[in-house]
Formats: sequence, structure tokens, C-alpha cells
Amino acid sequence: MSATIDSPGSTPTVQLVTPDGRWQPSDSAEEYLPYVESLGEHDLKRFYRDMVVMRQFDTEAANLQRQGQLALWVPSHGQEAAQVGSAYAARPQDHIFPSYREHAVGMIRGLDMVDILRMLRGVTLGGWVPEENGNFHLYTLVLASQTLHATGYAMGMQLDGSSGTGNPETDAAVLVYFGDGASSQGDTSESLVFAASYQTPQVFFLQNNHWAISVPVARQSRTPLYLRGSGFGVPGTRVDGNDVLASYAVTAKWLDDARAGHGPALIEALTYRVGAHTTADDPTKYRTDDELASWVQRDPIVRFVAHLRTLGVEQEFLDAVDQEAADIADDARRRVLQLGPPSVGRMFENVYAEPHPLVEEQQEWLARYEESFGEQA
Amino acid sequence: MIQTDETRGLAVESQPPAGQQQPAAEQEPPAGQQQPSAEPAAPAQSDPPTRLTMPFGKALNAGMRAALAADDHVLLMGEDIGPLGGVYRITEGLQAEFGDKRVFDTPLAESGIVGTAIGLAMRGFRPVCEIQFDGFVFPAFDQITTQLARMRNRHEGGVTMPIVIRIPFGGSIGSIEHHSESPEAYFAHTPGLRVVAPATPNDAYWMIQDAIRSNDPVIFFEPKSRYFTKGEVDTTVPAAPLHTSRIAREGTDVTLVGYGAMVDTLLRAADLAAAEGTSAEVIDLRSISPLDFGPVLESVRKTGRLVVGQEAPGFVSVASEIAATVAERAFYSLEAPVLRVTAFDTPYPPSKLEHGFIPDADRILEAVDRSLAY
Ligand SMILES: Cc1ncc(C[n+]2csc(CCOP(=O)(O)OP(=O)(O)O)c2C)c(N)n1
Ligand SMILES: [Mg+2]
Repeated sequence: MSATIDSPGSTPTVQLVTPDGRWQPSDSAEEYLPYVESLGEHDLKRFYRDMVVMRQFDTEAANLQRQGQLALWVPSHGQEAAQVGSAYAARPQDHIFPSYREHAVGMIRGLDMVDILRMLRGVTLGGWVPEENGNFHLYTLVLASQTLHATGYAMGMQLDGSSGTGNPETDAAVLVYFGDGASSQGDTSESLVFAASYQTPQVFFLQNNHWAISVPVARQSRTPLYLRGSGFGVPGTRVDGNDVLASYAVTAKWLDDARAGHGPALIEALTYRVGAHTTADDPTKYRTDDELASWVQRDPIVRFVAHLRTLGVEQEFLDAVDQEAADIADDARRRVLQLGPPSVGRMFENVYAEPHPLVEEQQEWLARYEESFGEQA
Repeated sequence: MIQTDETRGLAVESQPPAGQQQPAAEQEPPAGQQQPSAEPAAPAQSDPPTRLTMPFGKALNAGMRAALAADDHVLLMGEDIGPLGGVYRITEGLQAEFGDKRVFDTPLAESGIVGTAIGLAMRGFRPVCEIQFDGFVFPAFDQITTQLARMRNRHEGGVTMPIVIRIPFGGSIGSIEHHSESPEAYFAHTPGLRVVAPATPNDAYWMIQDAIRSNDPVIFFEPKSRYFTKGEVDTTVPAAPLHTSRIAREGTDVTLVGYGAMVDTLLRAADLAAAEGTSAEVIDLRSISPLDFGPVLESVRKTGRLVVGQEAPGFVSVASEIAATVAERAFYSLEAPVLRVTAFDTPYPPSKLEHGFIPDADRILEAVDRSLAY
């Protein structure tokens, strides 16, 4: 069994920059061009910087896992453009419901990356307060569950008048991430049904990285996944997810439409998981070197550097970004090593909002039990 | 979200046990028949050696290989079980051996896996479904409880549901959320399901074959923290029947009861107790539903004291059921109340806290002391 690799060059895929870095919008890109026209040099540099920082962080986190400092790491290598582009399309008032691989999105929303590491170190089940971190909600490990939460949240925005009022500065929308594998879950279909039914202000962002652990996307869908929404009444667009500008433009357009009250949309970003599924996975067991190599050639960062060079961006800037990325990774490493163990009492906290006698009794029992060891010592 | 580093080492020694290397059944099973194949186990053939030392996970693999070879209606289905051989490599090599019509990767949807297994069973197949981790069975909970468990009953006996749902369960693997849970009580509470949990490689090898031969749905809990623990497997002498409990260690002063990974913890506690002069009898339940109370009651009549250990939270749990039943049936033999040593009634904590959450041998001993103090 091998993966179907859909070529981003095929007709309906929105692409702005070719894999070798040339500005050459596909036919389907026409309606998205206005969204990139408003970007300045500063924005492009920011896109680049974030992709590089994320790539470096990814390497550092995998090292930390290998050294026993994390239970697990979930690599995002190869998916930086899909994540950075889509994240920049969201406005501060928007809410983001990630799956578990959207580290760059969290970073752009202001999340301290060490918060993600705390979760993967086994120190916490959550790690951050969404409202204090750019409305970036918690990771969800049960596949596709968050798609329904996102739809419900968007229904709430509609009900409390936070969306569709015609004021683009305040109208909000929801951006929800999920994978090609998760697209098969019933929850995903149900969330599309609800979103269409209530015309929620919401964008479904499907990163098709071609694999669900060892299972190729062909096992999940015989038709391109961007078509999945149409049967539910949710329009779909396919974008070259390794093209950061296209990912930005397509997401910006559909989020604008969602905020304006035009209902939900589905975006399929074609990309590739270059790394392992997680640090516990061995991808050589199920995919070929050739397939991997063909996607490494379409690397989103390499493409964007080439593009920036055509725009005259100097080497000093690129070097400075590399240095900054290394510093950020070092800083994260240093702070992870300082993380102490959580206190045992933590597990009894916030199980309920109201007092609960059984939990209280067990917490007291455990405290006495631990003390009894202290006495013996 | 896998813990598979060790599995790669495991993969190297994936020799099937002697006598199990049968050719894959090539032909498609005849469609349209509702005849559950209830012949006796393809007993492992008799070529020596028949006692092999192998890890728990390998024993399961060998058991499934034997079941696939014995009955070409047996199918394995699940996420990542084909070319990868499962995230724990429990099905490693089986697709290569039996083909992708017998052993196949499904789309990523647990309700889909169990729901279609029900249809396959109606059509005469014996599906063995792998759920990747305990925390991911719940999308299938509706199909399991409202459909699978009562399908035979609704058909007034006209249909059988020979489906096995394999679920790696339990903690102590330092993993992330939803990868360490013990949800067995939900299933044991559901009439129509059989629920088992082997604790040793030998039981893994035999119980998986018995479960696959069962004409009822079996929820098969695998103690994932023991996948790499080695033990002796006798491929010629079948283990005790599927739904019987087993004395794992004899003793006279107190009875310790558990299943799955907890059995090892109880045995460790019994060792420690012995050093302090207390003789503990350890019972490996093996089957959670039905529960073989005979040996438990017999032991309690001898020791007068019972401590039940389990990784799952205690409230409305398997341990609760055991405590109630023993109080009902052996009341006058008891010298002390039945004590339950369980996880706390909180969500499974982040892994840095799991050692304080799951009962260890010390907590079992604390209960033993309390029991002896009555
Ligand atoms: C309900 C559920 N079933 C199974 C799993 C185990 N699992 C974790 S990730 C994964 C593959 C997900 O693939 P995809 O949705 O394509 O996302 P990707 O990992 O490629 O980003 C599986 C099977 C899970 N987390 N949740
Ligand atoms: Mg994927």
C-alpha cells in the first residue's frame, strides 16, 4: 500500500509560489490575490522567521524527548507553511481549536512553547489558558473531538452577537485544525453537519499530510478531501499547504467570509509529515524513501527562502533568523530542564467545580498515607 | 502517541512458535453463512519444543496467528495493524502471512470499526478488532453497548456475535493523556459482553484464541505495561478455560485479588509480606465478566481476609462488585471487611503523577496491614 500523492500542481489547488520559489499564481488563485497584495516585506519576513523558528524548535524538542526529558514529541517538520500561513490569517478576536501538531499556530497566537512541552513531559494534561494565549485552545488527543467543540463555539459567537455584524474589526470566527486521518471520524462529519445547518462562522482547516500514522490518505478517502464538505453544504478549497503565502491567502479569505456571516468553509492544505508521526514512530516501516524525498524537494522553507531571494532579501536577515531560532530553542531547553514535578495533590484539583466528598476523602487519605512514610523515615 | 521503542527490539525475534507456521488461508471465506466455527482450537501441533519463553506481546501475536490459521473466517481489523503491525507490533507479520483481506487497516474511525465488525459477524466472519489505546474506544462505545452487546438478544438467538475487541489498557508507561486508562467497568456493566484480561504470556497466547472461538462478543483487555515482559508459553497444553480465575501464589493469611498488570503488583506485595511473615494468596482473575468467584470464595474461607487491587478508579468498579459478592457469600468467613485498593476517583493524571495514582505494592501492603489489624 502506498500513499496517493496529490500533486499540488493539479488544477484546483491554489498555489502562489512554485516549489522553486517563483511567483506564479495558479488559475484558481485569482480570487485570493487581494489578500496577499496587502502584505508588506515585514509580514513576509515574519512568515519566514516563524517557519524557521518552528523547524529549529522541532529538532530541539525531539532531542529533549530522546534524552528522556519529554514523554513524547509530535514533529511538525514539513507542515510549517500550512500552519504559519493559516495562523496569520486569524485575527486576535478569532478562536483556534488545534489538534495536537499545530505548534507554530500556538506560537503565533502568543503561546509560550514551553507550555506545549509541559504537556508532553507529563506535567500537565492541559498546559495553558486559551483566553490568555491568543484564544488558542488546548490540544485534543482524541481525534476529531475538537471539531464539534469548534462548531459549538462558533454557534456561541453567533448567539451572542460576536460575529456577522458587518464590523470586520470586531466580528470573530473559529478556525479548527484536524488531519486527514481524523477526517474519517464521525465527529468530523457531525461537525460539518452542524456547521452547515447553523451557518456557523467557522473555517475547517484540514492538513492533509498524507499519513495517519502508517495509514495512507487513500484509505480514508477516495475523493480529494476538499470535496468532503460539499455534500454537507460546506464549500471546500484545496491549497498548496507548502506555500505559506497561498495558505495565508486562502485562510484569510474564508475567515473573512465566516466573520461576515457567510457561513463555514473547509480548506484542505496539501502538505507532508516529513518527520515521524511521533518520536515513538518509525516511518521507515510503512513509507518509501522516494516518497519522502519527493516531498523534501517541496520543502516549504526552502521554497520561501528562494522566493524571498527573488524579492532581494539579504543574507544578513536569513542569518539573523537562524541565530534567533537557535536562541529560542536553547531557551526552551533550559526552561524545560528546570521544570519540577507537579505536586501529588494536583490530581485532586479541579475534578469538579463544586466540592465533592469522595475526592476530598481520597485527597486527605493520600496526604496521611504519604505522611506515614515521613514518620518512618 | 505510541510507546514503541522497545517493540523494535521485539520485532527481531518474531519467530512463530514451533508448529504454528501454517500456510495462510488463501481463499476468501464463503459469503452468506451464519455458521460460527466452534470447533475446538486448532491446538498447536505437537512438534517440540512446545514450551517457549516469549514476551506477552509476542504470545498474543502467536495466538492470533494460530487463530487465523485455524479458521479462515477470522479477520483482524484496526488502525495501523497491517504493514506497521500495530503501534505495539502485536499484529506484526500477520498481514504479510495471511494477506490484506484477512488482516487490514481500517479508516480512522472506531465506531466504524466496531459497527462494520458487527455486519461482518452477521455475514459469518469472526472479526478481531484492535482499538489502538484504551482512551480511544469511546467513539465505538455506542456500537458496543447499544448494538454489539444485545444483538443476539434482540434476534432472539438468531444471530451470534463472535467479535473480539482488543484493547491495550492500564498505565505505568509514562505516556500522555488517554493512553493509560482502565475502562473495564463500563464494559463489565453491560449485559451481553464478556470481559477478560490476561496477566501472563501463557494466558495471552491461549485466552486470545479462546476469545476468538467464543460465540459471544469478548472485550479483551491487554495490560500494555506487560507487553515486553517475558514468560513461558506452553503451546500444547491449553491454559485454564477462558472464564476461570487462577491461583497465582498460594498463601494462608490474606487473599489478594486482581487482574491484568495488577497481578504482578500483588505478587510483589506478597513477596514483601512474606518477608514480614505474612502469607498472602494471590488470585489472578483472568476473567472480569463473568467473574469466577469460586476460587476467590474458597480462598477467603481459608484466609478470612481479602484485599482487591485494581488500576481503575474504585467507585462503582470491578473491585466494588467483588467486595459486595464476597460480603454476601462468605460473610461468616471474613475476619475483616473486604478492602479495595484502587486508583483515585479522579481523571488519570499527567504521567509524572501516575505512580501515586495507581496502587503499588506498598499501597497493597498498607491494606494488608489494615486487614490483619481487625
Ligand atoms: C479516537 C482516536 N483514535 C485513535 C487515535 C490514535 N492516533 C493518534 S494520531 C493518529 C493518526 C492521526 O492522523 P491524522 O488525523 O492524519 O493527523 P496527523 O497525525 O497526520 O497530524 C491515530 C490513529 C486517537 N488519538 N484518537
Ligand atoms: Mg495525517
